[in-house]
Amino acid sequence: MTYLLLKHYRGAPPPAGNHAPMQEWSTEEFDAHVGYMGAFADKLKETGEYVSEQALSPEGAFVRSDGQGRPPVTDGPFAETKDLIAGWMIIDVESWDRAVKLAGELSAAPGQGGEPIHEWLEVRPFLTPAPTVTE
Amino acid sequence: MDGARLRSLVPGVIGVLVRRGADFAAAEDAVQEALIEAFRVWPGDAPRDDRGWLVTVAWRKFLDTVRSEQSRRNRELVFESEPSGPDGDSGAEADGDDTLRLYFLCAHPLLTPSSAVALTLRAVGGLTTKQIAEAYLVPEATMAQRISRAKSRLCGEGFTDPGEIGAVFKVLYLVFNEGYSGAVDLAVEAIRLVGQLRFMTDDPEVAGLLSLMLLHQARRASRTDEHGRLVSLADQDRLLWDSTMIIDGVEILQGALAHDQLGEYQAQAAIAALHADAASVEETDWVQIVEWYDELVRMSDSPIVRLNRAVAVGEADGAQAGVAALADVDAGTPRFTAAQAHLHERAGDFARAAAQYVEAARLATNLAERDHLTRQAARCRR
Repeated sequence: MTYLLLKHYRGAPPPAGNHAPMQEWSTEEFDAHVGYMGAFADKLKETGEYVSEQALSPEGAFVRSDGQGRPPVTDGPFAETKDLIAGWMIIDVESWDRAVKLAGELSAAPGQGGEPIHEWLEVRPFLTPAPTVTE
Repeated sequence: MDGARLRSLVPGVIGVLVRRGADFAAAEDAVQEALIEAFRVWPGDAPRDDRGWLVTVAWRKFLDTVRSEQSRRNRELVFESEPSGPDGDSGAEADGDDTLRLYFLCAHPLLTPSSAVALTLRAVGGLTTKQIAEAYLVPEATMAQRISRAKSRLCGEGFTDPGEIGAVFKVLYLVFNEGYSGAVDLAVEAIRLVGQLRFMTDDPEVAGLLSLMLLHQARRASRTDEHGRLVSLADQDRLLWDSTMIIDGVEILQGALAHDQLGEYQAQAAIAALHADAASVEETDWVQIVEWYDELVRMSDSPIVRLNRAVAVGEADGAQAGVAALADVDAGTPRFTAAQAHLHERAGDFARAAAQYVEAARLATNLAERDHLTRQAARCRR
């Protein structure tokens, strides 16, 4: 079963989280954070559960159609919102429980002072292709 | 080059290497390498003795690996290059037993379902890691790692131990039901692997499983319309059903039932045969289908069987009876809400059915089914 682990950068509810924003971290703290993420991905490659990951720039905009013959309307960017999507990882695991366990581990990446940030991650199952037997 | 012919040789060649003294994991790796080599060097015609070629190349690959490991450890070579005698390649007649052992080993209870499926497709099915990865939409490196870990988990498990055939059936059914969205048609591959298994054991459940797969596969063309939308059994164009495959499936089932050792797959195949036999949903022998479900409840009382039974009761004895039968089923069973919606629609309670179809769509685990349920909801609101 394939799952998306979506990183919202929503932080964690106080007092559980380590809220200091990334801009205030030292180089060592930042490297430790990135190193943790990399080691996590490597571990899943080793267990045969890794599919892909992608980081996103905070730049960009909301876009919508404004009717025929008119240019699309853009809005944003919303770099300051509390619900910025920072990226995702896609994993292929045996069960929902396994996906939740791994998301929990990823959420414990260290932040300022090397303390886990406990950020919220959203875990969403992929809709699969149709099975052979449909009725 | 005939890829299917080549793939069918793989389990037998692994068996030869194991009989010559290679352990299963190393033999399987060596044959996979030989297979990839075959794809590379046989652009047009395969050598006349393709099996002999695979054995030779795989054995050489195996020796290369052993040598490089041993030179690292600076030890003496144990294996001579070309063994002969009774432990060597004693020909195709030994293949059957070896292949059967491979089926068991690859479905070993130590493995997770997805590892068992991957290993079966590679060692028994002769697919490459790349093909398996594409079929399951994961990177090749991930699939390679999954297979390698599965093999190390089996380290020390005897190649000669008879296994649990029920576990083999579960793995092959998983392969079948994965469908045909990728480049490799896994439904066809599963049918091939069950067909091959039938020559190695006289368990009538193998025939039951093969019949079940053929009877489902026969309806494949009618299951989706030209836009890829799912079509309910009641609305399927029965002229699209593959009558030759249905005849095969029914004959195989009859042969199995004659053994008088009923099992789950034979019972499920019997239900599929009753559907295949009917000219329309109205002419379906729903009473007999309910009886087969009763039989299945006796053999393996699962919530999914009870759910399907309730839907059949709804056809045999009316929608209200179906709703009553559903009361015995755990509401957490997959597709419970969809069955509820269907029965309420049959009973004429369209408002309720529409709301339940919406909820069922929310719970669906695949896209085609979700879209189908969403359309059903819209239809009920009309």
